[in-house]
Parts: sequence; structure tokens; C-alpha cells
Amino acid sequence: MILVFIEVRDGQIKKYNLEILSEGKRRADELGVNLEAVLIGPNLEGQAEDLFTYGAKKVHLLEHPQLSSYSPSAYTAALLQLLEEVKPAVVLFPASSMGKDLAPRVAAGAGVGVASDCIRTSVEEGQLEVVRPIYAGKALAAFRFNSSPAVATLRPNVFPAMEPSDQKGEISKKELSIPEDRFGDRVDEYLKGEGAELDVTEADIIVSGGRGMKGPENFALLKELAAILPHAAVGASRAAVDSEWIGHQHQVGQTGKTVSPNLYMAFGISGAIQHVAGMSSSKVIVAVNKDSEAPILKMADFGVVGDLFQVIPPLKEELKRLLSE
Amino acid sequence: MNLFVFVKRVPDTESKIKIDHEKRTIVEEGLNFVLSPYDEYAVEEALRLREAKGGRVVIFSVGAETSKVILKKCLAMGADDAVLLKDEAPESYDGLRTSKVIAKALQTKFKDFDLLLFGRQSMGADNAQVPSMTAELLGLPQVNVVTKLEIEGNRGTAEREIEGASEKVSFSLPAVISAQKGLNEPRYETLKGIMAAKRKEIPVLTVEDLGLSAADLAPQLKMTGLESPPVRQAGTVIDDEPVIAAKKIVEFLREKAKVI
Ligand SMILES: Cc1cc2nc3c(=O)[nH]c(=O)nc-3n(C[C@H](O)[C@H](O)[C@H](O)COP(=O)(O)OP(=O)(O)OC[C@H]3O[C@@H](n4cnc5c(N)ncnc54)[C@H](O)[C@@H]3O)c2cc1C
Ligand SMILES: Nc1ncnc2c1ncn2[C@@H]1O[C@H](COP(=O)(O)O)[C@@H](O)[C@H]1O
Repeated sequence: MILVFIEVRDGQIKKYNLEILSEGKRRADELGVNLEAVLIGPNLEGQAEDLFTYGAKKVHLLEHPQLSSYSPSAYTAALLQLLEEVKPAVVLFPASSMGKDLAPRVAAGAGVGVASDCIRTSVEEGQLEVVRPIYAGKALAAFRFNSSPAVATLRPNVFPAMEPSDQKGEISKKELSIPEDRFGDRVDEYLKGEGAELDVTEADIIVSGGRGMKGPENFALLKELAAILPHAAVGASRAAVDSEWIGHQHQVGQTGKTVSPNLYMAFGISGAIQHVAGMSSSKVIVAVNKDSEAPILKMADFGVVGDLFQVIPPLKEELKRLLSE
Repeated sequence: MNLFVFVKRVPDTESKIKIDHEKRTIVEEGLNFVLSPYDEYAVEEALRLREAKGGRVVIFSVGAETSKVILKKCLAMGADDAVLLKDEAPESYDGLRTSKVIAKALQTKFKDFDLLLFGRQSMGADNAQVPSMTAELLGLPQVNVVTKLEIEGNRGTAEREIEGASEKVSFSLPAVISAQKGLNEPRYETLKGIMAAKRKEIPVLTVEDLGLSAADLAPQLKMTGLESPPVRQAGTVIDDEPVIAAKKIVEFLREKAKVI
């Protein structure tokens, strides 16, 4: 059986969970095993129904009065009880902030390893194989698992979500007993980001600015551009972040975030190796740079040699016109 | 407070990674190795906590003798002591092995601590595993990807970064923390620090000293392939008037790339 951990935050299930569930379904079909999902928290029956339509035959609801907010230790205790009982062959988590926090802890509790942040899965010789970037994407490594269950986190925005069907399934509720000392770490409060922006790791389109943006006020240009484009977020190079023109959560690169959007637009970014490490797996790259020798123009699918301050305003107009048609 | 910090020696971010296809490893020759960047934030935070509350900062690294260089750097930044947990195994991208070595060392030889500080992810393995795994092996609370930390008596609060927002977590000590950029600004080594670090002995404990057997440390993952990512080819580059360039970008996005 393949078990997929579905992250619930604020009562919501984000899209990437359904991508991971879909990938789990594809591998479960290939291996000839069932797909099941697990949800943690109170009042989640409605959410479980959705998961059936993505191929889950059974959804485990782990409820406990104290599991309404995230606690890595308590969530781990809950999941370890489930693993003990249902003995999955594979456990998949989204490589989201919660999945990355939790999966290694659960794996260590089960005495097994984890493959982090995988971008491909397949079945080879009857076994699960995963591919993951290492050295910030400067190499790709394939792994199989020496112990069971195989645990992996799968990167959001990489795996296609399937078309939901009208399949139904079974809900399984479990009474949990979680020791008091498993509540030593609890989320007390959710602090919204600046204007609840879309995170770069979740965006389909990223418009990113570097030192060429010249100052913090000019990031407004990129925000306007992002507002015109569907599901877009603003990114930045470290040079822009270190100058405090924009918050570090926008930084793309080896010490920032690794992104693989459908479209990455780089404005006034030279294309240093540490920046490229974080965005080279973008499906399409467009760059605007006034230096025709800038490395970013040698890897962009479409490059413009020019002044970003002159290109962005007409670009905005063109996009507005086109997207409002 | 007894503050323990865990640091790893990694290729610097400038490195071009070459692959030895026969041995299925990266070619280490010619790479420049450094203290993993996020670990610097962890060291800095420990030093600041010591300055505010007193206590000791002890640095640990799991790795070969070559890891002593980064331990010296941490001593030069101001750490009190450093210990090498010697493990000569090549990089396996398996966080459980490292976590078991750390957990065993703490359970058997270094039982007295208040806070364990890590980087949020080591450069290279890019695992983000060792902090959570160590926390589970030792049964400790954890807060990862921390951008703000406050300790009051035997409790702490931390802000940790999540998608487009943060969450505030309260926890009890002892605990595991992993540092994210933004937590602080790491200091440079001072000349005095460098001189003192030179003279300092770094004790070495092997995995055998810790009583770990080959079976304890059996690899969990088996690498079955290692390749370079596809090289991106240069596409079209234009040098037109801005208004025309803007039109052409949009045309490209719609007609060729089909992303809008
Ligand atoms: C340990 C370490 C980790 C790092 N991690 C990261 C990371 O995660 N992410 C990251 O991005 N960097 C990282 N870096 C930094 C990296 O090496 C570069 O310094 C950084 O990416 C440069 O940012 P930039 O391209 O914005 O600036 P620059 O390299 O200065 O480039 C600015 C570009 O803007 C162009 N330009 C200027 N004005 C205009 C204009 N009006 N119109 C159009 N173009 C214009 C210039 O031609 C130039 O190409 C790291 C470095 C180290 C040492
Ligand atoms: N070999 C090691 N020795 C000491 N600490 C380590 C080692 N590997 C990882 N760590 C710590 O765990 C953090 C996360 O590493 P990783 O799980 O490899 O991404 C690092 O930033 C270090 O703080």
C-alpha cells in the first residue's frame, strides 16, 4: 500500500497535496497496490471525500483533541501509530514546509531513511525509484530504498494532478493516545506574510528582480507585473535581498528557494551560479538585462538586451491587453 | 546554558559539480570546502545566547579529519570547544546515519545540554533531515527553519518560515532548532579568535568509540544513478527598441512557450 500524508493548514488542503496524491496513484497502479491517504486534525470528513476522487481507496483520519494545530512531535507520534498498524510499503509527503519538517522525523521514528524533495518517481524492477536534485540541482541522483517503508518527500509544482473521478472510498477513524511529552512543540499562532502573498515555491510564474532593480521602490514594478499574470509571485536575487529591497523569503537560489515554475522572468539579474542553481529547472526562462554578456542571457529561452525600466512598462501594457481579451 | 551546534563541511556554493560516472560520486578533487552556510547562522545564534545568558558553546561535526578546518573556524568565531565525531564514510545523502551518530554521542558522552542548534539544510545533500531525525531519536521538541528565537527559563518561542507566512511555535527545553537565513548576521572570525583556535585541541571520537556497529549504520538509501541536469541551451536573444522588445516577449510567451 502507498500512503500519502495530506497536509491540512487552516482547514485547507493546498493544491500540491493533490499533485502528490496523483503521483502516488500512478505508482500504486503500477505496483498493483492500493492508495491510501492520511489527514490529521479535527472535522476533516468533508476533506476526505475529495481525496477519494483522486484515487485514495481509504482515508485515515487521525483525530485527537490536541491535534488541531501543528506539532511535529505529536504529529509524528500519531503517524507512527498508523504506520505500525497499516504497514505501508511507501509513504509520501509533499516537500512543503510541513512535509519537510515531519517526514524525516517520522522516518527516524520508524528507523528508515528519507529521500528529500524528489522530482521524479518510477517503478524499476518492481521497486520504487525516486530522482532528486543534489547540490542545488547541479546533479540529479536516483535512489532506491533498502528498508521499508520507503519514505520520500515530493516537490510541489512538479507532478501533474490528475482529473478527479467520482470514485468513493472508506473513511477510517482512529482513536489515538499520544503521551503528554509529545506536545513539547506546538504552533501557537499563524503570522501572515506581507499581504498574504503567494510563495515563490507555489507560483506558476515568477517575476524576479536583481541588483539591476536599483532600489526597493522599483520592486513595485514587479509586483504590478505579478498582479497582471495568473498565479504569479515576485522573486529576487540575493543581491536584492541583501540590500534589503525585498524580504529574504523571496530569494531564489542556492541559499534561497529552489523553484521550478512554468515561467521565470529575470530582470536585472546577472545569472550567478548560486542564483541559477535555484531556478534552472524552470520550464521557460525569460531575461531582460542591459549587458549582452550577462550569463543569464546564455541560458534564457528568450533574452532581451535592454533597460528593464524601459521594457517593463510596455510589457505590462501588452500583457494587460492580451490577458483581458 | 549548554549550547551544542552541529556543523557540516560542504563544497562552496561557487563549485561546479563534476560527476565520476564509474564510482557514482561527485569528483571532490578541485572543490573548495567550507562550513555549510546555514550552519553559520546556528553558530552565531548560539554565541549570542551565550553572551545574553552565559554558558558554553560546543561545536560538533560528523565527518573525516578534514572537517577539523570548519571546527577551527567556529572556534575562531568564538565557540568554547569543538568535537569531531569521526565517520569516514563517503557522502551517502542519508540523514539517518549522521543523526544516529549525533544522538549516540549525546546519549553516551554529552548528556548535559539545553539547546541543539542546526542549519536548516546542508548545502549539497540539501536534505533538511538531520535536525528532525536527531530530535526524534532523542525525543526532543523541534522547530525548523527558524528566523526568530527567544529563550526564557526552560521555555522558548520561535518563528519559523512557512509558505508565504510564518508560524509562531512555543516549545520546552531541551530542544532542537534549525536556523534559516534572517535569524541573525553571522560575525567574522577575529584575529585573536583565529590565534586561540589554532592552539585549541579538538578531541576526536570515532563511531566505534561510540559503540555503533556497521548494522546500526547500515545505509537506508541506495544510489542507482547520478547524472548532470540537462544543460540549458541559449535561446533567442534580441536587441530591439523597448516597445518592440516587449511585444516580442509577449508573442514568445503566447505563441512559442505557450505559458500565458
Ligand atoms: C554562499 C553564497 C550563497 C549565495 N546564494 C545565492 C542565492 O541563493 N541566490 C542568489 O541570487 N545569489 C546568491 N549568491 C550571490 C551570487 O553569487 C550573486 O552575487 C548574486 O546572485 C548577484 O545578484 P544579481 O544578479 O542581482 O546582481 P549582479 O550580479 O550585480 O547583476 C545585476 C545585473 O543587472 C543588470 N542590470 C543593471 N541595471 C540594469 C537595467 N537598468 N536594466 C537591465 N539590466 C540591468 C546588470 O547588467 C547585471 O547583469 C550567493 C553567494 C554566496 C557566496
Ligand atoms: N555530518 C554532519 N555533522 C554535523 N552536523 C550535520 C552533519 N550533517 C548535517 N548536519 C546538521 O544538520 C543540518 C541539516 O543538514 P541536512 O539534513 O544534511 O540537510 C546541517 O545544517 C547541520 O547543522
